[in-house]
Amino acid sequence: MNGKSDVLVIGAGVIGCAIARELSKFKIKTSLLEKETDVGSGVSKGNSGVLHTGLYYPKGSLKAKLCVEGRLMFPELAKQLDVPYKFCGKHVIARTEEELEDLEDLKAVGEGNGVKELIIISGEELKKREPNLDALYALHSPVAGIFPPYLFTIALAENALNNGVKVHVNSKVSAIKQVNGGYKVTTNQGDFYADLVVNSAGLYADKISVMVGLDNYKLYPCRGEYLILDKTCGDLINSMVYPVPPKIAGVLGVHLTPTLDGNILIGPTEEFINEREDTKTTKEKIRQLIEGAKRLLPSVPLNQVIYGFSAVRSKITPPEEKGSRDFIIREDLENFINMIGMESPGLTSSPAIAKLIVQMIKKKNDLEEKTDFNPIRKRTAPFSEASRTEQASLIKADPAYGEIVCRCEHVSKREVLDALNNPISEKTISAVKYRTRAGMGRCHGGFCLPKIVEILKEEYRVPSEEIKLKSLDSSLFIGKTKDLRENEKSD
Amino acid sequence: MTELPSRDVDLVLIGAGPAGLAAAISAKKNGVQNVVIVERNGWLGGILPQCIHDGFGLELFKEQLTGPEYAQRYIDELKELDIPCMLNSMVLEVTPDKKVFVASPEGLVCFNAKALILAMGCRERTRGQICIPGTRPAGVYTAGVAQNLINLKNVMVGKDVVILGSGDIGLIMARRLTLEGAKVHAVVEILPHTNGLPRNIQQCLIDYDIPLLLSYTVTEIHGQNRVEAVTISPVDADLKPINGKEQRITCDTLLLSIGLIPENDLSKNFGVKLSPVTGGAVVDETLETSVSGVFACGNALHVHDVVDFVTLEAEKAGKSAAEYILGKTRKVERIPVEAGDGIRYVLPCSIRRGADLELSIRVTCPGEDVAIGFFDGETLVKTKKFRKVHPAQMIKIKLKGSETSAINSLKVEVLGK
Repeated sequence: MNGKSDVLVIGAGVIGCAIARELSKFKIKTSLLEKETDVGSGVSKGNSGVLHTGLYYPKGSLKAKLCVEGRLMFPELAKQLDVPYKFCGKHVIARTEEELEDLEDLKAVGEGNGVKELIIISGEELKKREPNLDALYALHSPVAGIFPPYLFTIALAENALNNGVKVHVNSKVSAIKQVNGGYKVTTNQGDFYADLVVNSAGLYADKISVMVGLDNYKLYPCRGEYLILDKTCGDLINSMVYPVPPKIAGVLGVHLTPTLDGNILIGPTEEFINEREDTKTTKEKIRQLIEGAKRLLPSVPLNQVIYGFSAVRSKITPPEEKGSRDFIIREDLENFINMIGMESPGLTSSPAIAKLIVQMIKKKNDLEEKTDFNPIRKRTAPFSEASRTEQASLIKADPAYGEIVCRCEHVSKREVLDALNNPISEKTISAVKYRTRAGMGRCHGGFCLPKIVEILKEEYRVPSEEIKLKSLDSSLFIGKTKDLRENEKSD
Repeated sequence: MTELPSRDVDLVLIGAGPAGLAAAISAKKNGVQNVVIVERNGWLGGILPQCIHDGFGLELFKEQLTGPEYAQRYIDELKELDIPCMLNSMVLEVTPDKKVFVASPEGLVCFNAKALILAMGCRERTRGQICIPGTRPAGVYTAGVAQNLINLKNVMVGKDVVILGSGDIGLIMARRLTLEGAKVHAVVEILPHTNGLPRNIQQCLIDYDIPLLLSYTVTEIHGQNRVEAVTISPVDADLKPINGKEQRITCDTLLLSIGLIPENDLSKNFGVKLSPVTGGAVVDETLETSVSGVFACGNALHVHDVVDFVTLEAEKAGKSAAEYILGKTRKVERIPVEAGDGIRYVLPCSIRRGADLELSIRVTCPGEDVAIGFFDGETLVKTKKFRKVHPAQMIKIKLKGSETSAINSLKVEVLGK
């Protein structure tokens, strides 16, 4: 028995976490359910990590409104939550005179949505700002930004938790029943009761909706693949670089995104798929990414690719429509709020979506603000971001800062221990990775994995076979050495 | 603000693997007093402690030692010579004026070094770098990481294994996993020849009936949470998978032995010129890099096939560093050394005329009854014949001072039949 909440949010992606955090400002009981071992396990971690400006969405749409609002809310929120970000700006580049028209269209749409400071610059001007790019024209938006989406999601969830939200990972919803004007939500961790349910299940939002009898939504999973370039490439571009959007599926096309850590992301592709969980990468799309990157940045050093990944978008628009329908956010059933088709710009919009949901709830219920809400959340100070003298002070105060566990990203044992001790997730390798960057570098865990395994075994007494990569079924080891030989003997 | 403690030292060695140990010992024996080794792991010997198989030391000791035994000989000597080594200590940065910033649980310290030896070893190429498509489940390991986990952490990585790449660590691990009771279904190599030493092919694969599939590669990894299978496919002459010939092998583990990369992230950042072919520093015959007083040796310089050669090279680097520190070196003009047809690389990259030296050479492809020629411009100055050559086997050729005293350049080439 998990007790009764006033509001229960299903799905701890960035939007679910933002809603939970917004609700934690009020004197109500909020629960957040997540089927995976950690928050932000789906598309919230597998995206470009871009703070969008609002160039692409039709005026008056929820996407346009919430994207612009969300971006404006972001800096203050990021400051409170100790999430790094940077307004590095973006360039949409045109290689032909015809594409110039596309830039003008984008500029007009953007301005209609209230985006300021949009300018179209010449190829020469672009060359001054981005010496490695070649184009005839570029649309420049200085207010586009970058940030690590997983850190943001984790920060929202941790801050929500610190303000009283109950966060349940490994809790997969299997049934929802209306009871006494509220809902009974059945999961593998038992039943949860709530007066109001927010369906923030992302890629599974249609299935959750069906559980309350609303079978009018169908989501079309659309996979996006990425490649990551080594930090040695960080100087190649200063801003995000986009092509003119291809006129398919309402996507932005393969683009280049510099990350705060100095890598470059190439992607995403788009490909409608049948299985929602099918986050594989494919030969064809890897080739497409390479070609796309070369078109934007001819000198892109493809021998510096360090990893590839993919995630799946939840599209409400059928493939044949070749467009992008608006977000659906509405109370489809008494005290049951559906959010369907929460694709890009969902990340940028998330703070504004959270506000919108709270307004919807406020209309029906008296929400009393807490006086002791603490908006501040600090992450463990990252060793790599400190100056040399700060690093010296960190180690002096805590010798665990002096033991470097991840050689590529200079992540210290202190950060790894704090990540393993985080209040939300299972103690997985992935939980460490997304909190600290250990394993995200060029050696891809070659150095840190054995060290983290040792920490799990020595300091947390986790048996070998229970050490997981990410999900509960992703055991890294089948046991201890000699186990197989012992079994052979007893057979 | 904490003031950074700084220390003046003669020589800093980065890395306490076989290269760092031998170089430190050599430097001290050659008269350098104030030596310090900085090691990021908590032990001495680098990769050797996890190499519990034998075969080390044949060249130097005429004995079949295990990795830990081989390392111990140098660790003992290091202790006898009283050379300090900082463990669990990471070099964060080196500056062109040879300031070395080191973080350890004891604090952050800056060494002002007269000379530096780069002995960081190498790291393994990963799945991401060769873009193997598929899912990203648990059960994909580089061979060296698997070796570390099994031999040092006492955990078993899997029971049904496919190994991609026939590098030596992969071959050693094929045998190791078999001895641990796992089934190694195949070793898959994209090239038409193996990448490991012939003795390892025999002792690790043939002796255990492990199939070796040449001109094959892994084209997809399957399994959402844990590896469930891999797809393998033969490749054409351009190493591209041939469509329609794919085969699926059920397994829970994929080991990657697909190449080693000299560790030079630090070197790059303070201006050491690197070779795009070896991934290591460009060095002269004293093993000095493009930065004066900075020397390189071992797998950080180029990937070796046996540790004995690492040791020999490191001893040389230690001696050169000692001469530099003791002011025994002078600026001399050098002539370039170039790799010609059939040669992947030659080290050193430049030499002093009239110096006795040894060249390390790798050929691009295997061959029998091969002649390697040494040219000064168009003039053939020396020929050396080999019964067999193989890219996996480094060729060492000594040149006498008299052979180089009058030449203006040196190009090494495999001669046409």
